[in-house]
Amino acid sequence: MKWSEMFTSSIGKKLVMALTGLFLIIFLVVHAGINACIWANDSGEMFNKAAHFMGSTVVIRIAEIGLFLGIFLHIIQGLILEFQNRSKRKQGYAVPMGNKGSKWYSRSMGLLGTILLLFFILHWWHFWVPARFIGHEELTELEINGVHMHNMYNLMQYTFQELWVVIAYVFACFSLCWHLIHGFQSAFRTVGVSNSKYVSLVQNVGIGYSIIISLAFAMMPVSMYLGWV
Amino acid sequence: MLDSKIPAGPLEQKWVDYKGHVKLVNPANKRKLEVIVVGTGLAGASAAAALGELGYKVKAFCFQDSPRRAHSIAAQGGINAAKNYQNDGDSVFRLFYDTVKGGDYRAREANVHRLAEVSVNIIDQCVAQGVPFAREYGGLLNNRSFGGTQVKRTFYAAGQTGQQLLIGAYQAMERQVALGNVEMFSRHEMLDVVMVDGKARGIICRNLVNGELERHFGHAVLLCTGGYGNVFYLSTNAMGSNVTAAWKAHKKGAFFGNPCFTQIHPTCIPVSGDHQSKLTLMSESLRNDGRIWVPKKKDDTRKANDIPEEERDYYLERRYPAFGNLVPRDVASRAAKERCDAGYGVGTTKQAVYLDFKYNLINKYGKTEAGKLGIENPDTETLIRLGKEVVKEEYGNLFDMYEKITGENPYEVPMRIYPAVHYTMGGLWVDYELMTNVKGLYCLGEANFSDHGANRLGASALMQGLADGYFVIPYTIGNYLADEIATKPIPTTHEAFVQTEKAVADRINTLMNIKGKQTVESFHKRLGKIMWEKCGMARNAQGLQEAITEIQQLKKEFWSDVRIPGGIAEMNPELDKAGRVADFIELGELMCKDALNRNESCGGHFREESQTEEGEAKRDDVNFAYVAAWEYKGESNWELHKENLEFEVAKPTQRSYK
Amino acid sequence: MEHYMMNLTLKVWRQKNANDKGGFESYPVKNISSEMSFLEMIDVLNEELIRDGKDPIAFDHDCREGICGACSMYINGRPHGPWEQNTTCQLHMRAYKDGDTITIEPWRANAFPVIKDLVVDRSAFDRIIQAGGYISVNTGNAVDANAMPVEKDKADAAFAAAACIGCGACVAACKNSSALLFVSAKVSHLALLPQGSPERKSRALNMVAQMDKEGFGACTNTGACEAVCPKGISITNIARLNAEFSLAALVSQ
Repeated sequence: MKWSEMFTSSIGKKLVMALTGLFLIIFLVVHAGINACIWANDSGEMFNKAAHFMGSTVVIRIAEIGLFLGIFLHIIQGLILEFQNRSKRKQGYAVPMGNKGSKWYSRSMGLLGTILLLFFILHWWHFWVPARFIGHEELTELEINGVHMHNMYNLMQYTFQELWVVIAYVFACFSLCWHLIHGFQSAFRTVGVSNSKYVSLVQNVGIGYSIIISLAFAMMPVSMYLGWV
Repeated sequence: MLDSKIPAGPLEQKWVDYKGHVKLVNPANKRKLEVIVVGTGLAGASAAAALGELGYKVKAFCFQDSPRRAHSIAAQGGINAAKNYQNDGDSVFRLFYDTVKGGDYRAREANVHRLAEVSVNIIDQCVAQGVPFAREYGGLLNNRSFGGTQVKRTFYAAGQTGQQLLIGAYQAMERQVALGNVEMFSRHEMLDVVMVDGKARGIICRNLVNGELERHFGHAVLLCTGGYGNVFYLSTNAMGSNVTAAWKAHKKGAFFGNPCFTQIHPTCIPVSGDHQSKLTLMSESLRNDGRIWVPKKKDDTRKANDIPEEERDYYLERRYPAFGNLVPRDVASRAAKERCDAGYGVGTTKQAVYLDFKYNLINKYGKTEAGKLGIENPDTETLIRLGKEVVKEEYGNLFDMYEKITGENPYEVPMRIYPAVHYTMGGLWVDYELMTNVKGLYCLGEANFSDHGANRLGASALMQGLADGYFVIPYTIGNYLADEIATKPIPTTHEAFVQTEKAVADRINTLMNIKGKQTVESFHKRLGKIMWEKCGMARNAQGLQEAITEIQQLKKEFWSDVRIPGGIAEMNPELDKAGRVADFIELGELMCKDALNRNESCGGHFREESQTEEGEAKRDDVNFAYVAAWEYKGESNWELHKENLEFEVAKPTQRSYK
Repeated sequence: MEHYMMNLTLKVWRQKNANDKGGFESYPVKNISSEMSFLEMIDVLNEELIRDGKDPIAFDHDCREGICGACSMYINGRPHGPWEQNTTCQLHMRAYKDGDTITIEPWRANAFPVIKDLVVDRSAFDRIIQAGGYISVNTGNAVDANAMPVEKDKADAAFAAAACIGCGACVAACKNSSALLFVSAKVSHLALLPQGSPERKSRALNMVAQMDKEGFGACTNTGACEAVCPKGISITNIARLNAEFSLAALVSQ
């Protein structure tokens, strides 16, 4: 079987989703870990240092390319799958099956994913684009131990003063949570975890992971808006 | 005139010698020979697969939407084989002997011995195909016991053995489809055999999706179309099971053997009302672990669990201490009927007896499991809980099925069961090579009459179907086809095809044009009622004569007042059914005629005129040790041919299971 | 069981043939016993339709004991109706009460085109089996059945997967019309047994390829198939197939 045949088969396509998904799951841990530095109670010093490290280390900059490839592959493949799968039943049912047999979020991965995509555009526009390309008037420079860096912490605080932004971020985190609850265990199934012991482990860890990660992300704009940090 | 072609020589050498001397067809010639297989149950699918593997060009037909749906799939309990894996004294001879005796000495010795011989190959073949038989912890195959035997020789896959075996044969056949050796025609019903110069050379069938008639040529035609239990309307057969293919062959000259030999299975879920469309079997294997009883008191209205032990009549254990609950089916069925007729029946209809698992749940399985787990002095609750787990593994699907149908939980309350029509031992007469008296027309599996005599033992139907398909026909068909290698495929424009197709089309048109008032179903129900009451578990001359008159009357009514909706050139299940019921009506008459002729009781055929003082069946070997093979001579007219049965090894004795 | 009678309204999909557009028809049915099976209730309606000179409802059915896999109705938004691990033929009317309206549709999937009314064409399943759902052993080649012991757990798991009746409820329930539960049940059945191992790789690859070719969707692990499977086939089989497929695809030439 050629590579092209493998990755265009129905299971191959799912494999792409699973592998990129797992990669993004790891990325989210890193992302959440760095952002959690805002709660160090040091006016953002630790956070800014961490952000600077991420932005200035060559290995990580290279990994970033991989990350974007992964995200886009996940998005594009996800959308293709969604549309292809929908087209397999030209005539639908008069009485939909609804929740008789599956969870709404398992059936709504396309929708949840699309919400997340829209959120990413907003999110990149808020932070990544200013930091990397065009700058922002609230993205001031500062110097810690003789190293110049962006004050990302300042930009965050500025961004999360707007209520609608906070609501949008929290809403996205909800979507992320449901997306992950299905995606986490589904990814492991797709890569072939069938042993019941591991399947239940994956399910439980997946739910815990999804809630913790989403809650952590959601608390960031909330705590800034409410002035906790 | 009836030549059964049994090879000479001692019984155990016949098949070996036959195989050693039979004519062969060389591989290059096989590719030029076409074989038609009608029906894709165990016999048909295995035959199609085996012949495809040999290189014949096979065309297989089934009326279902997929060959995997054939009714062999519903067989539950298991398949016999003389493997003697249990070291309990089994052997080919003993399987042969049990089968001949179980069939009440009305089967052909040579065929039965061959069946016992190849039984061991079947298990090997099926395991190699991936049939997931039940296994012991050591990884080797497990066995259970069945009625009419005193050894454990039945291989099984929970209560779904037929399904697993059929899927095995189906997969083997689909493999041949993929290789191009077998061409499969689903949703096709055979409606006639085409005869050219006295030989079967093809079939006419109807495409059930668009209603078109099709002609198919074959150097030989194999009918593997199952039994005709649905002549009784209510039976454990599938809704589509029918006699049409065999009946058309019969009308083209094939003799019908022992049509009255019907098996009434003792353990089925009782009828609940007039709406009933079919009956459901509860596997005979349940009698391994269930005890059959009725209350000792007449018209006892207490709930089963409220009747104390000493007020229960375990009538099979009482009457037949040696075999107890594992007497053969015919014996168990009659005993149940006897109790119910005497007024001891249970349930709302009083036409049922109890099949109770509690005793073995506790004593057999519960105690063993408790012993394994090292629980000392376990209470009854614990024993029941532990026992349930084992029973669930053995028969879980059957218990679930019972609960779905009746709404009662058989782990808690005893099952209510009653006998129902299950299998037909009769069928097209075939010789040792499985060829009917029509040249080139073979009949395999339940559709033929051959191996089970007057009563089939449990777990032997699967064995016979697969034996015929995998291990008999691949040898015997060569003996005929070796002389056909020069026969070029006959074009289906041949006059015989044209005329046969026309006859089929005319009959369909006639049926459609009756445009009467009564539905096909209502006729079928009426036929079933006549058959069940007068040609069922007990038969007598007067009843049978009445039945014949009533059936002839019903036939007239059918052909003048049946209503078939829809058209011909479309999917029309009512038209399909009408054709089948029309054939059942004719068959019903022949069954009664055969039952009337056989003025003896044997196996499943019980003539009230012929019984012992204790009410057991009384055989008459002097006058009836023959196969009744009926030749169709025109409407309501048959001629009887007798094939005398010689018993050189298994000398007939009065069957005793006491 | 308490026995009762009921009157119902049936909304049934009627479609003359594959080319017809089709639509729903409503039928009142009266005096239905709670002890009837669902198909016996349809029988009652069909008898009435015939007497009224109308075309009866065509539906696939055969064994009526839940094992042949022929019956295939999508009842009130669920394949095979409301009961767990059940087929339409084993659904009994005590599941309903007087006055209920029941909507009956055929299986819906591009790969299962409607032939008439509630009858669909499931021959795609046969073709998937043809692609590799077997062990290539010619008749007569077999060694003694006990020559190769099989670990009991594996034999039991193989049996559990082999219990599939090929009814297609998994496809009917799946939002993607995926047949992966069906395919995985067969691949698992044969892959778990030592007899099936020589063809493990090609079997997984070929059966999946055929499934894709037939126009079934991809699996997204929603679990709807498992929930409606009459034989309780587990979606862990799908995970096993995923592994079988991926490994086979990676090592194949």
